[in-house]
Amino acid sequence: MDVWENYTEKVMDHYENPRNVGIVDNANGVGIVGNPACGDVMKLTIRVENNIIVDAKFKTFGCGAAIATSSMVTEMVKGKNIDTALEISNKGVMEALGGLPKVKRHCSVLAEDALKAAIENYKKSLLPGRPEKSAHELDNHKGNVDETVHTAE
Amino acid sequence: MNLIYMDHHATTPLDPEVLDAMMPYLTTEFGNPSSNTHEMGHFARIAVEKSRTQLALLIGASSPDEIVFTSGATEADNLALKGIVRAFKERSQPNIVTIAIEHKAILDTAKSLQKEGVEIRFAKIDSSGLVDLDDFKRKIDAKTILISIQTANSEIGVVQPVNQIGKIAREHNVLLHTDAVQALGRIDVNVLRDNIDLLSISGHKMYGPKGVGGLYVRKGVRLVPMIDGGGHERGMRSGTLNVPGIVGLGKAAEIAKRDLLAESSRLTLLRDMLALGIAERIDQAKLNGHPTRRLPNNLNFAFAYVEGEALLLACKGFALSTGSACTSTSLQSSYVLKAIGVPDHLAHSSIRFGLGKSNNEDQIELLLHKLETSVKRLREMSPLYDMAKEGINIDNYQWPHSH
Repeated sequence: MDVWENYTEKVMDHYENPRNVGIVDNANGVGIVGNPACGDVMKLTIRVENNIIVDAKFKTFGCGAAIATSSMVTEMVKGKNIDTALEISNKGVMEALGGLPKVKRHCSVLAEDALKAAIENYKKSLLPGRPEKSAHELDNHKGNVDETVHTAE
Repeated sequence: MNLIYMDHHATTPLDPEVLDAMMPYLTTEFGNPSSNTHEMGHFARIAVEKSRTQLALLIGASSPDEIVFTSGATEADNLALKGIVRAFKERSQPNIVTIAIEHKAILDTAKSLQKEGVEIRFAKIDSSGLVDLDDFKRKIDAKTILISIQTANSEIGVVQPVNQIGKIAREHNVLLHTDAVQALGRIDVNVLRDNIDLLSISGHKMYGPKGVGGLYVRKGVRLVPMIDGGGHERGMRSGTLNVPGIVGLGKAAEIAKRDLLAESSRLTLLRDMLALGIAERIDQAKLNGHPTRRLPNNLNFAFAYVEGEALLLACKGFALSTGSACTSTSLQSSYVLKAIGVPDHLAHSSIRFGLGKSNNEDQIELLLHKLETSVKRLREMSPLYDMAKEGINIDNYQWPHSH
């Protein structure tokens, strides 16, 4: 396939000048999705205050489309209520980028999955009896993020 | 756009000398070499026979008559395998011995022959891509009708010990076919010295035209044709000959032989400059394939924690290719890298450099600069790089939310 012909200017812009790269300092939600064997991994960290996503940052191992969708999703969620943010779909991210080549559409699923995982992770941290996790604890790669939450329940 | 072309394993540009040689046959000299009633046919026939001689000289064949012109190397590979299987059709349960990193023209042909009852045996290769000769010998038995092994690989550039395999083939009285497409014009190829019975040739991989190639068929080797028609090419490949293409192929072969030593030593220097530069400037860049037994124009590096397609986008201005799934329609990473045991994430991070005539030191320097800065930039946004810095082994890590 010819990525050069098919990436929109917006995709190239978000690939070349990605927004919000990094890890949110005092994050209270994290989502890690994908698998290096499949060629893409995305880590999304968010800071939620009063149900509003006040900050979002990403780190992504993936192709140009994966990086661009990661960048776009961080832009889209900032300032949104978590319930509204959950309504963001891969299709919405794609549309915001002016579309993706057919074979790259699965990349946008990564962004949607990471967003859902991060919000789910934030919500679980709010369960009764659980103190809010610090960013340092959340930034723990050694264990499965979900599992750490489950065992604590 | 001034694209710097470094994808010479995929195809090569037409040499201007080749175009000059072809031009009359695309215009005024349009005769059919099969026409024997007038001089137009005669001139075309002379041109075709000259090309046959140029090819025979390039590969060290004993006679030009041993060259059969085809539409390219895929057809040559098909003709070699299918033609031999059909010639041996009285043999029960025949087998072919090959390796898993052959070009798809061999692997898919073998798969198709499997359905006709031919057993395909894969000899082991090591992690550099080199065939295990002991295992190769073990795979050959009385029912083996053909060995097919590439001279050099198009992705990792590994050069197989064809000479030793030729000896093994002789000892076991088995025919040897080699796809030499990537090797011609880059390393010395000689069918007599190496006991090769069949050899596939492509025009466009050695600065000749596309749509033309050939199969060397040693005298005395019988094969059943795939295309029936007017009995052209000693009955082995019917169809009016592609005269301009054949003339171009011959000229390309002549130039390949003439320039072999000078060009391969020049490419070796450029390749080593690139390899050293990568090793010096980029940490955790791993060479795929054999460190020394490789084509003078090939390098294949995995830039850990960076995805190949993203890196290609960053190296805008250079024509390169990647082992990553992200540029293939099948979304599968390179089967060659997989076969030599490269972990999936490194296969996705691999870039192939295929150097050629138009490349020079300035371009290598420019490429090194782009690679260095792009790998650095992409690693800064790679979660895998963070993990690696923390000492986490990516291969054993249990990934949540895999999809």
